[in-house]
Amino acid sequence: MARAPLHPGSPHPADRPTSMTRVLIPSGALGLNYDPEALARGVAARPDIIAVDGGSTDSGPSYLGRGVSKYARASTKLEWAGLMKARAIAGVPLVIGTAGTCGTDAAVDWMLDITREIATEQGTSLKVAVLRSSQDIGRVAESFEAGNIAPLPGAPDVTAQDIQACSNIVALAGAEQISAALQTGADIVIAGRTTDTAIIAALPLMQGCHGGGAWHGAKIGECGALCATNPQSGVIMIDFDDAGFTVTPMADGAHASPHTVSAHMLYENSDPFILHEPGGHLDVTGARYTALDETSVRVEGSKWVPSDRYTVKLEGARPAGCRTVLMALLRDPRYVANAALWAEDIVTKCTAKVLDRMDITAEEFTLEIRLMGHSASFGMLETRHADPVEIGVIGIITAPTEDQAAEIGKLLNPYLLHHPLTQEEEQPTFAFLFSPPDMHQGTVYEFALHHVMHLTDPMDAFRLEVTHIG
Amino acid sequence: MAELRTLVTKVRSKNAGPFWLTIDIFCGSPEAYAQVSRDLKTSRVATAFNADSQTVKRFDMPDLNVVKFSLPRPTVQGAIADRDMHGASWAALVGELEI
Repeated sequence: MARAPLHPGSPHPADRPTSMTRVLIPSGALGLNYDPEALARGVAARPDIIAVDGGSTDSGPSYLGRGVSKYARASTKLEWAGLMKARAIAGVPLVIGTAGTCGTDAAVDWMLDITREIATEQGTSLKVAVLRSSQDIGRVAESFEAGNIAPLPGAPDVTAQDIQACSNIVALAGAEQISAALQTGADIVIAGRTTDTAIIAALPLMQGCHGGGAWHGAKIGECGALCATNPQSGVIMIDFDDAGFTVTPMADGAHASPHTVSAHMLYENSDPFILHEPGGHLDVTGARYTALDETSVRVEGSKWVPSDRYTVKLEGARPAGCRTVLMALLRDPRYVANAALWAEDIVTKCTAKVLDRMDITAEEFTLEIRLMGHSASFGMLETRHADPVEIGVIGIITAPTEDQAAEIGKLLNPYLLHHPLTQEEEQPTFAFLFSPPDMHQGTVYEFALHHVMHLTDPMDAFRLEVTHIG
Repeated sequence: MAELRTLVTKVRSKNAGPFWLTIDIFCGSPEAYAQVSRDLKTSRVATAFNADSQTVKRFDMPDLNVVKFSLPRPTVQGAIADRDMHGASWAALVGELEI
């Protein structure tokens, strides 16, 4: 079947469709919305696969720690239902990577549950491949002790005990594991944690497209239309072939230019030329970006460099205590002018009171006051000092248990309400926003791993299941 | 002497994973790029973050008129002492450097 090129300047005339893999990417993440008209245009151009990312670490460790999604279930369901309809029209596989923000097994099950609901509502019967990335914590600790886990630059020092303390550890799947899922012939692939690029690169690689082009195009497309103008529209199409790739935004009035596409390699990348993936790395040093017309950009010259050992990155989060937060507002000009002194005095006095009145040691809790409008962004690194109208006071407490954090919050409360700058003055009162002023966040988490794990077989750390729904 | 941010189109900071921060200075013109690339020393950026210069990676990219710095995050993303989950505000510390 011949497919029309997306633009007249395409080097892939309609009589050479088999050398090309066309990947439709609805948005940078499921839950961020996409332009339905642009999606329909993409479906009409007959893609070979629809691929969307479902997560990232960018919202912090709590989602991985708890194994939950950041996005509303209602948004996820609405957008996923639209993609499932698009899949049915296109008659091609639909893949989501890093399902439910963090890609743990619990998040994958959440996504599978939503998929079942939609399949029933749409009256469709589907084959679903589920790729699981959650790791057995004990096995990761053993693997660490056996020397199969190595730190990446900037990684924290960890011990086997630190690994054991994690509530969730995931391994990032690459193209090999997504390919295995696609080879089941599934209509839908729901994958746990994957690299952002793997879900896009997998099919082009399976179909023999250029390795450097497959990974580079995947990196350019992984944030949807962020590599083009009108980034909020989301939808982007990437045509992969045996020499490189061509990127085309699908929204009306959206344009990709050599500048917008090449500049996307900067985005959230510590190195704009090298991207590490399971099984090797992408090197775009020699990439050439050419405008085919006002909308599309052609990229060639990127290289895929295979590695000697097959490694996958690990992400882990562990509990870091329980947090209570209190807020107050300073508006009295004298207190605004002396807020740092005031806050420091409160921290000293309240810390002493906690140690005096509670059964807790100084190492077991943190008590900090941040002053919004003064130095909350950078703390000691702040270089600017202005004269604000008011200052927001945030008291932040972490302690081993929720009760202890709440108890310390109650000890801090009277200080934030009434603490005077001097003993002589009449007792001041400051503004509390709410009753009660304390907010309890429960267990908070911290990222614990920035490491890679060596695998003998790419599927060793992953599980693939096929299920029928609807 | 002028603040860097007044000479360029945009200074952007983002997480590059939970353990790294990356700062992109979009200079906007070859002239501004030449000035920033020449006059902004890596050590100044390191000092702004109280970081060791050896840990700061630098990329001068004339094709994009961009100077990019990457360094280990001042605090790990989401750690108790972290102040900026997405690393979004840190750009100001570079944008406000006098060059």
